[in-house]
Amino acid sequence: MKLWWSLGLRIIVFGLLLAFLLQPYWFAPLLKPLTQNNAPAIYNQGSLLSLTLSHLQIVLIATVAATVLGVTLAILVTRKFGAEFLALSRSLVNIGQTFPPVAVLALAVPAVGFGEKPTLIALFLYGLLPIFENTLTGLTTLQPSVIEAARGAGMTGWQRLLKVELPLAFPVILGGIRLSMVISLATATIGSTVAAKTLGEVIIAGLLSNNLAFVLQGGLIVAVLAVLIYDSLSALERLMARRMGA
Amino acid sequence: MDKLGVVITALAAYALLISPFATFRANRIVPGDPVGLLNAVATPVNGLVLALLIAIALLALVKTSVIARLVASVVAIVALCLAIGLAAQHLTPEGNSYARVAPASGFWLLLFAFALMATDALTRLQPPPGVRILALLVTALGIAALLKSGSWDGLSILKEYSTRAASFWREVGTHVTLALGSLAAATVIGLPLGLLCHRIRPLRAAVLNSLNIIQTIPSIALFGLLIAPLGWIATHVPGASAVGIAGIGAAPAFVALFLYSLLPVVANTVTGLAGVPQAAVDAARGVGMTLWQRLTKIELPLAFPVILTGIRIVLVQNIGLATIAALIGGGGLGVFVFQGVGQTAMDLVLLGAVPTVAMAFAAAVLLDAIIDKVRMQA
Repeated sequence: MKLWWSLGLRIIVFGLLLAFLLQPYWFAPLLKPLTQNNAPAIYNQGSLLSLTLSHLQIVLIATVAATVLGVTLAILVTRKFGAEFLALSRSLVNIGQTFPPVAVLALAVPAVGFGEKPTLIALFLYGLLPIFENTLTGLTTLQPSVIEAARGAGMTGWQRLLKVELPLAFPVILGGIRLSMVISLATATIGSTVAAKTLGEVIIAGLLSNNLAFVLQGGLIVAVLAVLIYDSLSALERLMARRMGA
Repeated sequence: MDKLGVVITALAAYALLISPFATFRANRIVPGDPVGLLNAVATPVNGLVLALLIAIALLALVKTSVIARLVASVVAIVALCLAIGLAAQHLTPEGNSYARVAPASGFWLLLFAFALMATDALTRLQPPPGVRILALLVTALGIAALLKSGSWDGLSILKEYSTRAASFWREVGTHVTLALGSLAAATVIGLPLGLLCHRIRPLRAAVLNSLNIIQTIPSIALFGLLIAPLGWIATHVPGASAVGIAGIGAAPAFVALFLYSLLPVVANTVTGLAGVPQAAVDAARGVGMTLWQRLTKIELPLAFPVILTGIRIVLVQNIGLATIAALIGGGGLGVFVFQGVGQTAMDLVLLGAVPTVAMAFAAAVLLDAIIDKVRMQA
């Protein structure tokens, strides 16, 4: 009963988001009270749908790149030949986390120019940290007995990694990806200050023209996207963890 | 052979042979000309610096004592810092106030390579908290001495600074007030809230879920959305505007930072209290401690390291996020970052970004050291 209720709520939220993106003018009367001097209630300098898709695309590319590199690095430093780098890579991740996203974004501009690229770099670097951290946790907290058993069954190092270690660590890795994606979704809005096509454009247009309706719709779309993605990845994580028998 | 040494030497070789050490520009917004290390610094100092850097990069290759590596990497970093100042003096034509000299990719790569070497040495040494704080202090004093001595005065970032010294310090003040003030407010409200969540189970999920949702709202939107309610309070609540509440400026930035800060404080308080062993609480009850005594003498001290970790997360995050305040007229170092982005004047961006990164980094080192100290005592 409770399951149906929560599933229903999610479907309604998703439906509302879709409706808003496809037919934003249906919602204009709701947002109208937030505007002054007859300013438009719905963002009119571009399509909300295409901005949302471009926003998601940037986040997705950055997250996939961060996942590939983060997981690979974590695998490397947990093997015998990379063990020397384990402690160092931990400190580097800690140091990396102290760099503010705005600073990364602004400093990437002279190197790669305005547009999507500096945003991708900032999101990629920011996304790397939680994924690396979680993969490391997942791979270093496996029960030694399981690894021993796999070794006893005559598996090679490669087989152990692919068939035992990674599948067991998968729910934790997924947790890192989820965290990284939610951070990226919010951070991508700042990318609009360096001319990336994201929902930040709507928010900044609102801030510049003192139009609260723009700020609210831009912020709400990002927040709803983040909640929905967070939620579905958590569900996937629980499913995986149950499969692993945890 | 040292594996990390190979990486460091390769980076240093690339930086010394291929990348430019400094950039020279006729004025602050035109594209610059790359200058190599040998041409950037006057002879014979250039040869000396080059030989020193090569020697240290080669030293990284061989397995030596960790202390030797640490000393060598620090020497290299100091040499780099002095060399870039000399480059600025050497490259700027006499009496020309428009020319700009800035560190280029080679300088940054070398700095990264030797900082990597130093970080590796420090990670292996695992210095106790007190030593770490001391090292942080010495570094800060060293940078202050370099700035005071005027050896960096020819660098473009300091030329940007010298034309707006007064506003720079004002924005630093605003930035620190925003970051620390919102942290203080979040601790004062978040600690009791976390305590309540620990005691009253049904409250826990509700509070943590709402705080989680606040975190998903993008910072620039949250900053913007608070303009309206605060503006309403300023005009309708008597005395509100007198204490500095206004729709635009620092007030919405402060409230937004406060809201973002609540989750780590509350969540870590709850986790910390949940981690207190039941046996300890039972023993305290057994010796007749009151509820208040148990809380202040047993539970809070045991949960303290975890709560402190939450505060560390908040502080580092706030120092970074406070840059966004500039977008809604709230001031802070973001003012220079966004002005610089707008004028494509990267030196101005650096003037805002470098102090922000330095403050966030110093805060992280300081609080990590304090947390380790507290854990050791517990």
